[in-house]
Amino acid sequence: MLQIESRQFSKEHGLFACIQCGKCTGGCPMALKTKLNPRMLIYRMLVAGDGFNLEGREELWDCTTCSTCYSRCPKQVNPMEAVIALRSAIVEKGRVHPNVKTALESTFRHGNPLTMPREDRGKWVEDLEVKRMADGAEYLYFVGCSPSYDPRVQHVARAIVRLFQQGGVDFGILAEEESCCGSEVRRLGEAGLFEMIAEENQELFKGVGAGKLFTTSPHCFNTFKNDYPGNGIQVQHYTQVLAGLVEQRALEFSKKVEKTVTYHDPCYLGKHNNIFDEPRDVLRGIPGVKLVEMDRSRQKSLCCEGGGGRMWLEGTNPGTRLAQWRVQEALDTGADILATACPFCLVTLDEAVKHLNAQDRLRVMDVAEIAVQAL
Amino acid sequence: MTFTPKIGVYVCHCGINIAATVDIKAVTEFSKELPGVVVSRDYTYMCSDPGQALIKKDILEQGLNRVVVASCSPRMHEPTFRAAVVDAGLNPYCFEMANIREQCAWVHSNESATTLKAMQLVASSVAKAAYLEPLEIRQVAVVPAALVIGGGMAGLQSALDIAEAGFQVTLVERSDRLGGHAAQLHRTFPTLQPVTEMLSPLIEQVSTHPRIRVMIGAQVDSVSGYVGNFRVQVQTGQGEVSISAGAIIVATGFEVFDARKRPELGYGSYPEVITTLDFERMAASGQISLNGRQPSRVAFIQCVGSRDRVVGNSYCSRVCCMVTARQAQLVQQLLPQAQVNVFYMDVRAYGNGFEEFYDDVRESGVIYRRGNPSEIVRRGDRVVVRAEDTLLGESVEVEADLVVLAVGMVPRLDAGDTAGLLKLSRSADGFFLEAHPKLRPVDTAVAGVYLAGCCQGPKDIAESIAQARAAASAAMIPLMRGQVQVEAATSFIDEDLCAGCGQCAEVCAFTALSLHPVRGVMTVNPVLCQGCGACSVACPSGAINVHHFTFEQFMAQIGALIGELELPVALPDVEMAPVQG
Repeated sequence: MLQIESRQFSKEHGLFACIQCGKCTGGCPMALKTKLNPRMLIYRMLVAGDGFNLEGREELWDCTTCSTCYSRCPKQVNPMEAVIALRSAIVEKGRVHPNVKTALESTFRHGNPLTMPREDRGKWVEDLEVKRMADGAEYLYFVGCSPSYDPRVQHVARAIVRLFQQGGVDFGILAEEESCCGSEVRRLGEAGLFEMIAEENQELFKGVGAGKLFTTSPHCFNTFKNDYPGNGIQVQHYTQVLAGLVEQRALEFSKKVEKTVTYHDPCYLGKHNNIFDEPRDVLRGIPGVKLVEMDRSRQKSLCCEGGGGRMWLEGTNPGTRLAQWRVQEALDTGADILATACPFCLVTLDEAVKHLNAQDRLRVMDVAEIAVQAL
Repeated sequence: MTFTPKIGVYVCHCGINIAATVDIKAVTEFSKELPGVVVSRDYTYMCSDPGQALIKKDILEQGLNRVVVASCSPRMHEPTFRAAVVDAGLNPYCFEMANIREQCAWVHSNESATTLKAMQLVASSVAKAAYLEPLEIRQVAVVPAALVIGGGMAGLQSALDIAEAGFQVTLVERSDRLGGHAAQLHRTFPTLQPVTEMLSPLIEQVSTHPRIRVMIGAQVDSVSGYVGNFRVQVQTGQGEVSISAGAIIVATGFEVFDARKRPELGYGSYPEVITTLDFERMAASGQISLNGRQPSRVAFIQCVGSRDRVVGNSYCSRVCCMVTARQAQLVQQLLPQAQVNVFYMDVRAYGNGFEEFYDDVRESGVIYRRGNPSEIVRRGDRVVVRAEDTLLGESVEVEADLVVLAVGMVPRLDAGDTAGLLKLSRSADGFFLEAHPKLRPVDTAVAGVYLAGCCQGPKDIAESIAQARAAASAAMIPLMRGQVQVEAATSFIDEDLCAGCGQCAEVCAFTALSLHPVRGVMTVNPVLCQGCGACSVACPSGAINVHHFTFEQFMAQIGALIGELELPVALPDVEMAPVQG
């Protein structure tokens, strides 16, 4: 039995404020294709009395933590956080999906969920001249797990390095000292491991004297900004810094990129943190780029289905991926490039393009990769 | 001749409200020993007629010159007891109250410390009572005219009522026409009467009334004075005009919620998505159509910008349920083939005939679906409403070629300016705040200023008119009486100490202080002064005192509290919580 004390849980998560309007579920990208129904989950919790059984609630693992539910709720209830807490209750009882188990163990042992050796974390940068943070720098560039190891995403990190060096930004990296931010660990329900990771990272940042920090991934950015206890460090996503460079003309683009580009808002940048304009400002600043919008943009952006630990979980409906719908929407705009600013979005959208056999019509690129072409 | 205080102390049980936690007999006995006290009694309900009779009898028979009642908050019964002592020939300012209910009995448990605290509070009031001074209550003549700010339904009706009663009225309207939001509405609910049928005669009556002066394209610049004698500067197209008024009615109305603050609903980017107000214009044209095409699927969405904490509007806008019902019915009547869906969270049909009207609307074929849509997206040449039908427990996508958002009412953007001009309080949601939610719904905290219509919160036309007429009646009380009492507990200057620096004038919210041109010291206009005491605090030389709250009275009160007092039992050691810095 996976019983939780539902009254206590409902109180802690403010579920008594729910008026059952269904806005969370109406906007939930997973509700249309899975059994996940945040509104009904809350209702069942409220009427359960003292005990709520989590046995067989597989749909809890469908949630991508895109935060559409929370952003729409008129009563400021946060169904997404409730789902994460329910996952925690399951994980606490030792019930972990095998794939998830591997990812969590790898994060614990190697500091990344990708089962890659810790000592290889700095390899991508070996042929580049990049300062180490320990030598002192204005910004800490927190690269992140997939940009460190995944060859496709390494390309993004390299682009960021070139752009920022060209723009005269004084930054350093941690290389093999760097360790996972813990964002996905927390969202997979491993609250204890997340706490440990956060503590260690706080120590690490303090040790190298980091005052300002930017990240490749919106997930790392969000967790440092919103999940870590306050530490006085200014946390930014790289697109925010980059937009500043473009605006202040610290970075001049000399080449034209004659492409039609549509931009996909990553959930952890947009819906979670209201950063909609900076990535677009960068794209608009690139000579030759024609920016077109998909119908579902900004607050209405459709989740790619890569967040909330969904990189390791199939979910209860592995059929059509949201990323495939998303790519179709991008194709409908007639754009040549589907731009984004998140490693997870990049990978899932790339895969969807292949799945739809659309490689000849649409390329998925990170904003940094497009910008670097204009140097 | 030196003044010798003869103080009577009256300790109230308030049923068991006080008696349950405070030892009344002990407090009564204790107070007999306090300096200046000649009699001390207790009674079940001191505010009752027999209770008041006790006080009056002692004043007359024992020659009391000061009275202390230990009971509830002065907000509750100070007027009652003041009236009682006046009845027996004392000045009302010779009365003092010790609040041993709200500040003692209600907030502490039944233990000896509670009784001791009650004793301290009584001792403190007795100490002040010895220094109380009789004060003169002034009467001031009232200007027999009213100012109404705002020319919507509520303002028009208030102006008309006051003028009909025989007083002069100035109606100031910021825009260049009368009628307010009502002028943009097509028909009312639930009677379906055209709004112009009601509004036009009202505008006509007001515009032609011999005692009403209408100023359109005008706005109030400044307000000074007090109940009975307000001086108002109005900016008009022809320049600045000065108006005197005995009372002011604020009827400045509301604004419609800007649906773009919920961008996921697509207002402003999809032409198919309109607001209920846009729909009124469409309905007035007699044609339900978009770009010359009649819609076959129409969706109405309730509660847009209402009951929504995220956009800062926690409240229900009250009118939208019925506005939507009326509009949905109209669509169904004009386009019988159309599929009309109303998405709702709750249907609030509370008014006369509202529920019956809601029945009619459903029976006309309109489908009510429970669920508040989360977003609207485009699909081909239609938009798709994405929602959960919460009764089915299923996510649904409903195609529509016209979506009507039931936008709520919000405070006017300039409500802050108006509040500043008139020193009005605002509620948490930003509307103007009435003096009491139940007992004084049209008064404000400022004497002589009243509220009417939606500036105080969302209302339908019937409610606005009701409040307008209530505000007019309330405003006519001082106008008809012809005289108003002004507060006697005002500040006064010790001219020997005053350096004329003017710091007091800077903090005075009532412009009651000014520099005497000859004597070089500050003077107080006792009619403007409300006795708030801000000047007294600001004065660097301690030259300003407030009648009934003098330094001497305060020091005596504090002295009694901090222990120059012999209590019958030692207070138990109580650890004080550290002060949060």
